[in-house]
Amino acid sequence: MHAVVTQPIESPSAEHRGFMRWLTSTNHKDIGTLYLCFSFAMFLVGGVMALCIRAELFKPGLQFLRPELFNQLTTMHGLIMVFGAVMPAFVGFANWQLPMMLGAPDMAFPRLNNFSFWLLPPAALLLVASFFAPGGATATGWTLYAPLSVQMGPGMDMGIFAIHLLGISSILGAINIATTILRMRAPGMGWMKMPMFAWTWLITSFLLVAVMPVLASAVTMLLTDRHFGTHFFNAAGGGDPVLFQHIFWFFGHPEVYIMILPAFGIISEIMPTFARKPLFGYRSMVIASSSIGVLAFLVWGHHMFTVGFGVGPELFFMYATMLVGVPTGVKIFNWLGTMWQGSLTFEAPMLFAIGFIFVFLIGGVTGVIVGVAAVDVQLQDTYYVVAHFHYTMVAGTLFALFGATYYWLPKWTGHMYDERLARWHFWLSAIFFNMTFFVQFLLGLGGMPRRIPDYPLQFADLNMVSSIGAAGFGLTQLLFLYVIVKCVRGGKPVGARVWEGARGLEWTLPSPPPHHSFLTPPTIE
Amino acid sequence: MTAALRNRRLVISMAAVSVAMFGFGYLLSPLYLRLCRITGFNRLQSADAVSADMRTMADRTVLMQFDSNLRDGLPWEFRPTQASVPVHPGEQVRISYDVQNHSDHVIVGQAIASYAPEGAAAYVRKLECFCFSMQTLAPHESRRMPVIFVIDPSLPREVRVVTLSYTFFQVPGRQGQVASAAPEGQT
Repeated sequence: MHAVVTQPIESPSAEHRGFMRWLTSTNHKDIGTLYLCFSFAMFLVGGVMALCIRAELFKPGLQFLRPELFNQLTTMHGLIMVFGAVMPAFVGFANWQLPMMLGAPDMAFPRLNNFSFWLLPPAALLLVASFFAPGGATATGWTLYAPLSVQMGPGMDMGIFAIHLLGISSILGAINIATTILRMRAPGMGWMKMPMFAWTWLITSFLLVAVMPVLASAVTMLLTDRHFGTHFFNAAGGGDPVLFQHIFWFFGHPEVYIMILPAFGIISEIMPTFARKPLFGYRSMVIASSSIGVLAFLVWGHHMFTVGFGVGPELFFMYATMLVGVPTGVKIFNWLGTMWQGSLTFEAPMLFAIGFIFVFLIGGVTGVIVGVAAVDVQLQDTYYVVAHFHYTMVAGTLFALFGATYYWLPKWTGHMYDERLARWHFWLSAIFFNMTFFVQFLLGLGGMPRRIPDYPLQFADLNMVSSIGAAGFGLTQLLFLYVIVKCVRGGKPVGARVWEGARGLEWTLPSPPPHHSFLTPPTIE
Repeated sequence: MTAALRNRRLVISMAAVSVAMFGFGYLLSPLYLRLCRITGFNRLQSADAVSADMRTMADRTVLMQFDSNLRDGLPWEFRPTQASVPVHPGEQVRISYDVQNHSDHVIVGQAIASYAPEGAAAYVRKLECFCFSMQTLAPHESRRMPVIFVIDPSLPREVRVVTLSYTFFQVPGRQGQVASAAPEGQT
């Protein structure tokens, strides 16, 4: 097989303590921890912005925020959550877990790994600092549509450079992860024996390598349009603002799957453990994930049904979008099949996994609804769309991340987390999440537009419900932080196989695992 | 070491893919231009076709209004020579706009047309228009620019007034080098 029997490079961090240790570390577990801490910090920053938005929308009229600041907050909330919270969180889990799950000593390129993490903090600083630039931060919405993005102040340039840094970081991280998966598996671990988390991350890393550069080219065109006299998006110079939308969504739709495929992998790891049965339909799971990866490139037009590109393209993008429902449905049924007649127990990771299926299904089905071109013309840019993608991204992705944290944290720390508090975290999150976002479907159907700080009186009650839910959801995440800190500091010691039904190489290592995961590759029968 | 070498080869190929995809992002610009030209989408800057058997509907009159705007502090004066004209659908109409450059520089501008009511664009067939190309004006030069158009007789009956509005944008980075640049997209 492809196993590489090399000694991992000794991390220079061994000689350092404190900050220098983290700055210079090349160890996959250290870097995984850095990624996860960074993403949690960004999650809180983006969350506070969301709460500011919800506070303003608590009742009609303008209370706290000027409209310009409101627009900046919606934009930065999106950018920070997508690029600062969700994507680094998955890279963090990949760092911690992939070498242990594949039987490797470390990632394929430890120094590159360190570099790709340390690109993130400057990028985050640029984004946050852009609030203090003249004219404020980017206020175009996270999609940065031209011509507005061509006209904004210097905050936009800071945003563009931050996106460049984040993009380089993601590409390097993806190359590292793909190489680790392709070349460092233990002897005997063939393609069809790989853990689902590795499979979905492999597909994700190919998507990242293919589309992050396209985003980089789009924002570079913006930059040259702004300062160097090109007119890619300037109608007067022969360009076209709609071109930006095409290029952006050619990146943007695969990006959506970049944020959900690793979550699919996590759920496929958690489900069999707590159902005490092997994953139902492993092979179809692999095929479904791969076909989602391919379809990702064919559906970008469903974000732009209202730009007026004619009936032919609309029908094409509509049918292609419907098609995505097929492999996604296969996955949902496979998870249900895994639970069917299993010996289920409902520890926190399993609660989050089942919660994931519930909310992701709502997000997915409403996605099929807005995928119908004729319906989308009505719902474009309303709160229906906001609710739809928060059901997939917040509840879908975030619930998978919470579940993964509870699932693997005992392995990493050697202590069991507080199960009672973790269940509280689940139930509070699930209730407050639905309270926040379900009413937004109704608001959207009623015609409330997104990204506007004020609204007509008839939307007042539902908005109030949504804002209360958001505050509850935000506060609940402090409980999550408390459970993690408590678990890191101590708790009931756990053995190597933390969960009774857990299978996989990571559970053959002691808890906490040694600094270098597998110095001699394990053999797989 | 062969394993390290093979790893490196993998990295180089993936890095090459991402560089190629960066180029692909730029390639999308000419690709879409070509696509729009082939399919006929987005033909803002080229003459429309009019079928030879289009008959003039003498019994029906549409009031055609003309409007003009300037953007980016363009130091020009720009206005239609007539505010409105009654038009029979199917009849070929010629109107004109006056433009004058009040500055001491050569300035290149591009006019973009828009229509009211929404959707009227499809029925106003422009055969000749100053908006099909960039206009380069010498210092203090003034110019009378014609527009020739036909209103398609299939214009819905309930539409009685159509507004044609032009906005002149200054074309940045083209200060006077190009005398009569044919814009991309013109066939």
